[in-house]
Amino acid sequence: MNAVLEVKDIGIDFGGVRAVDEVSFEIRPGQIFSIIGPNGAGKTTMFNLISGVYTPSRGAVKLAGEDVTGLPPHRLARLGLSRTFQNLQVYFRMTAVENVMVGRHIHEHVGITAQLFNLPSVRAQNRASRQKAMELLDFVGLADKADEPAGSLPYGALKRLEIARSLALGPKLLLLDEPAAGCNAVETEEIDGLIQEIAKSGVTVALVEHDMRLVMKISDRILVLDYGRKLIEGTATEVRNDPEVIAAYLGAHGQTEAARADH
Amino acid sequence: MAFLKGKYGVLLAIAIIVLILPVAFPSNYYFRIATLVWISALAVIGLNLLMGYAGQVSLGHAGFFGMGAYAVAVGPTHLGIPPVASALLGAASAGLLAFVVGRPILKLRGHYLAVATLGMGILVAMVLNNEAQWTGGPDGMPVSRLVLFGFKVKGPVMWYWITAGFLFVGAWLALNLVDSPLGRALRALHDSETAARVGGIDVARHKLIVFVISAVYAAVAGSLLAFFDGLVTPNTAGFLHSIQLVTMVVLGGMGSILGSLVGAAVLVTLPQALTVFHDYEHLMLGLMMMLFMIFLRRGIVPTLRDRIAGRVQ
Repeated sequence: MNAVLEVKDIGIDFGGVRAVDEVSFEIRPGQIFSIIGPNGAGKTTMFNLISGVYTPSRGAVKLAGEDVTGLPPHRLARLGLSRTFQNLQVYFRMTAVENVMVGRHIHEHVGITAQLFNLPSVRAQNRASRQKAMELLDFVGLADKADEPAGSLPYGALKRLEIARSLALGPKLLLLDEPAAGCNAVETEEIDGLIQEIAKSGVTVALVEHDMRLVMKISDRILVLDYGRKLIEGTATEVRNDPEVIAAYLGAHGQTEAARADH
Repeated sequence: MAFLKGKYGVLLAIAIIVLILPVAFPSNYYFRIATLVWISALAVIGLNLLMGYAGQVSLGHAGFFGMGAYAVAVGPTHLGIPPVASALLGAASAGLLAFVVGRPILKLRGHYLAVATLGMGILVAMVLNNEAQWTGGPDGMPVSRLVLFGFKVKGPVMWYWITAGFLFVGAWLALNLVDSPLGRALRALHDSETAARVGGIDVARHKLIVFVISAVYAAVAGSLLAFFDGLVTPNTAGFLHSIQLVTMVVLGGMGSILGSLVGAAVLVTLPQALTVFHDYEHLMLGLMMMLFMIFLRRGIVPTLRDRIAGRVQ
């Protein structure tokens, strides 16, 4: 089967610093593919390259076989790419359900004049978007917070709100940037369950995450970055036992944490 | 006050204000002031869509306002175009200008966008000032009275109702827009452009759309003012007028349609009310505006609404 995402020799420089350099990998359909590495290894930069927020200096990105290198984010969204953000990017002044409704943007087809006059087509569209958004809020467990301003929700809820919003787009590939960061054990457990359900529903998931237990437990493949370069790519077991990874990132403590994922 | 929150609540509030005020008006002078408020409020609603909802500032909106005003002066006088067609043409030209200049300048943000729109507004005012053979130069030019179906539209009372009608429709359209896919996209890009982009929203295109819409609002308001006054001067397109419009948006409340009306009402009526202070009139006006902003920071309507709802900000 064709890869959902194919990254080839990608690289980007920031003022002479090679933030990401010559990294290649493939993500196959239905996989949970994690990218790990120390702080500053280029994980979020990699997500920004894939999602079009940054334009790569070198290399190519293919989405479902199509060359999408350098396409702007809003075009990539229409090709089925969606993501969340490490530092929350929530529409704080809108309600929770409106946040998710914005995620339906690419599926909303009504003319400007129709919207100005609030024609029946627009009302039907609004209802459809709201209904879909409510389903997704229910999926992430926020249905009871639908009409509250997003700005009033606690941190953990906002993390899940972003997941609901990114799913609203109906993505083929979903990039989750540290979905469990700042979450306590219970919240992490919930996010873990959500990610697995998302993968089961047929959405391919790419994950950047520092919680090693979570990563080792749910990932099909793991890519390890260090100083913007690829250290190794493999299964959880392969990565966990790689001496270079232990030296660069996991350390002795991390290795035991990672091993605990099996139990 | 909770009923003021929904779309129909706001429309109802505007309708009640418009219908009740005439009962209390002792003279035509009051109708005149109220008409000026409705006209300003219409322009401010358009600007609020741009500033309050989409988060993009414009310090040149009086330029579009002036285009609408001069269209109904120049069209019938020099080109023989009927007044109403001239108004439509003015709105279309303002929209077109917004479309053309909006493409490059809406790429700018914050202060840079402010300065670019400022330049655009000044440019329009300069043209109106200098093309004296068309516009009458700094003295302005008269606008012939509007005749509709052989019927002369004149007097503050009649204009009160006409402009109130425009205000009502303008508010209705704006409220519709805010709750539509386009409006959600605009509010989203205001809060996070990155998230909006990644969510499939063509940010540049959406900013351009709302810029054009707000320009058309300003132009229509400009045409109404020109008809009502029977005279246009370059000041309608001037920098000070642009600042007044922005002040009305901020004073009344960014992202509040009812706030647009309140902001316009305060800034139009306050100078009239403050004439009792004679020489200190402007001093008092400035002082009051500062106090408004200090104590009602998010604008009159949003702040009061939250206070009354009992929510602590």
